[in-house]
Amino acid sequence: MNVEKIRQDFPILSQTIRGKKLVFLDSAASAQKPRAVIDAMRNAMETQYANVHRGLHWMSERTTDAYEAARDAAAALMNAPDRDEIVFVRNSTEAINLVAHSYGRSMLIPGEAVLISGMEHHSNIVPWQMLRDSHGTELRVAPITDSGELDMAAFEALLSDGKVGLVAITHMSNVLGTVTPAERIVSLAHAHGAKVLFDGSQAIVHRAVDVQAIGCDFYAWTGHKLYGPTGIGVLWGRRELLEQMPPFLGGGEMISSVTYEKSTWARVPHKFEAGTPAILEGIGLKAAIDYVRDIGYEAIAAHEAALTEHALAQLSRIEGVRILGQAQDRGGVVAFSLDKAHAHDVATLLDRQGIAVRAGHHCAEPLMHRFGLDSTARASFGIYTTHEEIDALVTALIRVREFFT
Amino acid sequence: MTFDDDIRDLYQEVILDHGRRPRHGHRLAAYDVTAKGDNPMCGDRVEVFVKLDADGKIAETGFEARGCAISVASADLMAETVQGRGKADTRALFETFREMVRTGACPEHDAALDEALERLEPLAGVHEYPSRVKCATLPWHALVAALDGTREASSE
Repeated sequence: MNVEKIRQDFPILSQTIRGKKLVFLDSAASAQKPRAVIDAMRNAMETQYANVHRGLHWMSERTTDAYEAARDAAAALMNAPDRDEIVFVRNSTEAINLVAHSYGRSMLIPGEAVLISGMEHHSNIVPWQMLRDSHGTELRVAPITDSGELDMAAFEALLSDGKVGLVAITHMSNVLGTVTPAERIVSLAHAHGAKVLFDGSQAIVHRAVDVQAIGCDFYAWTGHKLYGPTGIGVLWGRRELLEQMPPFLGGGEMISSVTYEKSTWARVPHKFEAGTPAILEGIGLKAAIDYVRDIGYEAIAAHEAALTEHALAQLSRIEGVRILGQAQDRGGVVAFSLDKAHAHDVATLLDRQGIAVRAGHHCAEPLMHRFGLDSTARASFGIYTTHEEIDALVTALIRVREFFT
Repeated sequence: MTFDDDIRDLYQEVILDHGRRPRHGHRLAAYDVTAKGDNPMCGDRVEVFVKLDADGKIAETGFEARGCAISVASADLMAETVQGRGKADTRALFETFREMVRTGACPEHDAALDEALERLEPLAGVHEYPSRVKCATLPWHALVAALDGTREASSE
């Protein structure tokens, strides 16, 4: 994998920030976009744009084809057995809310439990609290170990009374980088009668996801972290579940017929796609998926594993740096605190040197509190990240610490 | 330009000093009004405690803060500069200060605020960092809420 060549595909990376070369280490929040994605969206607007699934004219047909090609691409990316199991949503948050509202209210019985883990993003906590409060389900949280891994014994114990109807869990933590043992989670959950939803927002960026091999029931992810546009994400669900579930939002696109007395629903997946969809974003997503698959997950995973190893080794050598999580299986995000400075001050001082990191609770407040912190800084890596950029971060952090000492 | 020159516009010595060793960073043993301030976006939190004198003027301010150097330094300089001020006076100082950290320039103001604004001036550099302006204003929001009898403030 030629990182320099990849970097040339991302126009933004040649920018300077505050007179310094941009070192973008915030891809886990949202990744940059390659020229292929930018061009695909612009070309669609310039040459063929129209609404989809309805116009009986050349433009609409072309646009419908291009948009629906994104569904095929998403299905292939995840090895979904059936393209109709790909539901387009705005982002992972909407995907999880869709499952909470539609599956949660119709298939979970009050008194049944939803089991999450202690390293979830708020988007995989709050929808289940809302379901608990409106529908009477219980919310259980499987603890994590000090090294930032799922406590499998505790996880299994929480399943053992057979009350858990759904396990909703991250496939890779956006703070700790921990990759959860997906197949094992599914086999334990299924053995106890629970379905499994993965929040794959981070995982699918860093490694190949095969929903058939994992054996899960739902898998959610978002396009903008996978080098695609904002405003489009994917919920994959098993067809038999999607067919049993009621619609989430009502309106155009999702109906089969409408009278004042009664409406009937379109077939899956359109039943879940009310209103004009994110057409251009779908076209952009297709380009992003093609781009990632061209590079190949094997190369991406190897590149990011090398970066992560380098970052962990270099950062842990800096006095006063504490890295959160030491999971055996982890992806390219590293959250850390510095003894002499608050994370926001660290981020501002790094920004002053052209280095973009995230600082704060990373939408995972309970996880921060688990480690006795309110906020950390986080460096996250993408296909365009270089070893030199990590070295620049290390050099800058040493200066920051000196400054605050 | 060296690293130090580059960031001194924001992190001046007075800010580093007050951020590291706040003089008023403690809960008062006895106080008349109090309020909490929260910035939900970044997790900063400050709680202010105010003791009033017989005329309703601020006799002493203390605070407990969880946050960055900017927010702690701002809270500490605030506690120092509002001493002896009444509610209207404190609010006027806050409004002027807020304008200063937003724009980087001190707006027209009553001469009675001169000395306090000069003391707060090192925080003006924050205007270059829009996401950090709230760090500087959060303790003030909490103080004004306390004086107004509202128990909670947010810098959102």
